[in-house]
Amino acid sequence: MPATYEPIVTTTLSSAILNLDITSIPGTYTDLKVIMTGVPSANDTLQMRFNSNTSNYSRTRLSGDGSTAASGRNTSQTRFTIADNKTTQPFFVEFDIFNYAGSTHKTMLYSYNLDRNGNGEVVKGVALWRNTAAITELNFFNQLGANFNSGTTVTIYGILKA
Amino acid sequence: MHLLLANNSAAGGAPAGAFESIASAAGTGSSGTITFSSIPSTYQHLQIRAIVRTSTGTGTGFNIRLNNDTGSNYASHQLYGDGSSAAAAGNASESSITNGGGLAFGSSITADILGVSIVDIHDYANTSKNTTTRTFSGRDNNSTNGFIRLGSGLWMNTNAVNQIDLISTSGNFTTQTQFALYGIKAAP
Repeated sequence: MPATYEPIVTTTLSSAILNLDITSIPGTYTDLKVIMTGVPSANDTLQMRFNSNTSNYSRTRLSGDGSTAASGRNTSQTRFTIADNKTTQPFFVEFDIFNYAGSTHKTMLYSYNLDRNGNGEVVKGVALWRNTAAITELNFFNQLGANFNSGTTVTIYGILKA
Repeated sequence: MHLLLANNSAAGGAPAGAFESIASAAGTGSSGTITFSSIPSTYQHLQIRAIVRTSTGTGTGFNIRLNNDTGSNYASHQLYGDGSSAAAAGNASESSITNGGGLAFGSSITADILGVSIVDIHDYANTSKNTTTRTFSGRDNNSTNGFIRLGSGLWMNTNAVNQIDLISTSGNFTTQTQFALYGIKAAP
């Protein structure tokens, strides 16, 4: 019987890679929490998919860049667009994926933070994958092909309700 | 491509930690209120995690009431984005936490799409101060009804929280709705 809040997988990259995929996620929890921090090899935009699926993604976001608060949305995308990363400072992003193994379409909340001592961005978002399949795989990549550098860490926690 | 296999370390069980599941409740389709009662005071903080859909409406949600206090003893604020603009709102002297409540979708939205929320109630059993809540909530339907909220709530009462009512803003909670209450322990 899984514990209420339990680490499923933790990894720290020992070398740079292009695609970061976590597979074989067990369906025994209620929600997933994913925490990721790293520095890309080039300025780029963090992307995400579920189950290597390339359709039915959308999101609504709220952001602040130190001078302006804004909100935007993307619809009918081939992947989630999370936020812009820069090479000089590490980013931090946290995902809460609700009812990931259930029978409804999959919704997650995410929080993204990047500060560069003069500029930066904080982003809060809600994202929808219009697919009722259980999530068994998370796929991270960068839009323009930047690598995830050595030292990038990802931890996935499983949260189990009573 | 780099593949990481998720290691199911849960096989065979694991020792209890600081984050414990207290109770969970599903919508019945015939009620717009879900109640967690007799909440023990043995934790340091509480967290509610929810997926919510209501029987009527379009963009809907739920309000929060504590210890069944129906007086005008609450206040709430939110920072939100609706996909086109960012804004803020607030209420004072209200009968439940509204701007700091959670988000949902109603029956007018495509089936099987729900709103999601995380509600934190820190230091809920401390009788030396009023209670503050924090909510991170959102809904998205691949159309124009997306909404993202950062909310705060205040209950102007120093009693320990022992009951939480989650109150639909539009109709009943559908059977797809799930609320889960967790307790977070302090260090021994």
